[in-house]
Amino acid sequence: MLELKNLTKYYGKRLILDNINLTVNDGEIVSIVGPSGGGKTTLLRCISGLESISSGEILIDASPFDPYRNTTNESVIGVVFQEFQLFPHLSVLDNITLAPKMVLKHGKAKAEEDAQKLLDRLSLGNKGHLYPYQLSGGQKQRVAIARALAMNPKILCYDEPTSALDPALRQEVEDLILSLKRDGMTQIVVTHDVPFAENIADKMLKVKPLED
Amino acid sequence: MTYILEILPSLLDGAKLTLEIFFWTIIGSIPLGLLVGLGLISKIKPIKYFLNFYVWLMRGTPLLLQLIFVFYGLPTLQQFHIHIVFGRYDAALFAFILNYGAYFAEIFRGGLQSIPKGQYESAKVLRLSYWQTIRTIVIPQVFKIVLPSIGNEIINLVKDSSLVYVIGLGDLLRAGNVATSRDVTLVPLLMVGAIYLLLTAIFTLILKKIEKHYSYYK
Ligand SMILES: Nc1ncnc2c1ncn2[C@@H]1O[C@H](COP(=O)(O)OP(=O)(O)OP(=O)(O)O)[C@@H](O)[C@H]1O
Ligand SMILES: [Mg+2]
Repeated sequence: MLELKNLTKYYGKRLILDNINLTVNDGEIVSIVGPSGGGKTTLLRCISGLESISSGEILIDASPFDPYRNTTNESVIGVVFQEFQLFPHLSVLDNITLAPKMVLKHGKAKAEEDAQKLLDRLSLGNKGHLYPYQLSGGQKQRVAIARALAMNPKILCYDEPTSALDPALRQEVEDLILSLKRDGMTQIVVTHDVPFAENIADKMLKVKPLED
Repeated sequence: MTYILEILPSLLDGAKLTLEIFFWTIIGSIPLGLLVGLGLISKIKPIKYFLNFYVWLMRGTPLLLQLIFVFYGLPTLQQFHIHIVFGRYDAALFAFILNYGAYFAEIFRGGLQSIPKGQYESAKVLRLSYWQTIRTIVIPQVFKIVLPSIGNEIINLVKDSSLVYVIGLGDLLRAGNVATSRDVTLVPLLMVGAIYLLLTAIFTLILKKIEKHYSYYK
């Protein structure tokens, strides 16, 4: 369970997030919606440890947790970036196995076996040897998801998972997120697409731009 | 023809020294350039200022001056009881590595800055440490980006190595010049030119091969 208590974020003197409170239960999907500039990405970056918070608290399973400074391999918060940010010089398989090998110290054989299972699960079974530039947008996104899942994250976060995709693929992402939920994955989805959010989310958090 | 065969050994001796200086400079200055390049983009201000000064100094003064300074200049400090005396060969390597290190540093700085911030961020959320990220994500991508510019400098270095002439090292150019003034003929200098052309052609070819190796991704 992830809890945000009075989470506040300033960029310089500018208040972006004002006392956000949110509880994300295990296995739930929470979506964060709101207009552009509302601070959705900023909130996701705070949760995933890419930005420090200005005040407030983040708790995981009721104990305080600082994702910004955490360097352990527990409580990993996985992130699927809007632009995916795959490593262009590594094959799909190497993209996925890099962190398990280097960080979790898994052997090559185990890392590759696990990665192959993830690829199969995400219908990318035969794509392991390709490089990111050889993939479609939807395939890149699924590789990004596989790469995040390979670290056994406690929570998986997405920033605008539908924005870089063909509208026809929207349904596919929706199905995928829901099927990960059935496996018990806790997910946070940032989107400005309210109907999409309504279809997947157990809970919605609305953020809006703050007046200065 | 017999004349060519006669002077060839001395020219090849010179070429050997030229190549030695070339290789040691590459081996010293590329890692130096990479480290300085990392320092140039670091957030630690004093390191950055110091390295910027170093790069400015090395690129803002002639390599020939640096060579003369190291070999003839530094020993004059002995009158102040500062003993920095290099042999000819060491002086040449010292000056070349420092000078080329600065040029490579600028090239690496540009390459490092062209790696999108998102690459560092996705490495960070995957829990890779700073050095793991640099080693496995950043450097391989930077190498591909900087390869053409590094290649230019490498070709320059083949030719610049002839500057060691001025501190009395017996490189290829000196070997040719000695033969020319002794035998009063143009042939040795033409041969020197041909050997330089051959060397630059070989290195150009090798660099093209390496670039091709890196074209497996876009
Ligand atoms: N690094 C930063 N420094 C300063 N201000 C920032 C920074 N990143 C974002 N902001 C500001 O914070 C506000 C919220 O930005 P954020 O990207 O979180 O919005 P968003 O809800 O994700 O918008 P969008 O739907 O367009 O992606 C914006 O006004 C933005 O200008
Ligand atoms: Mg955003």
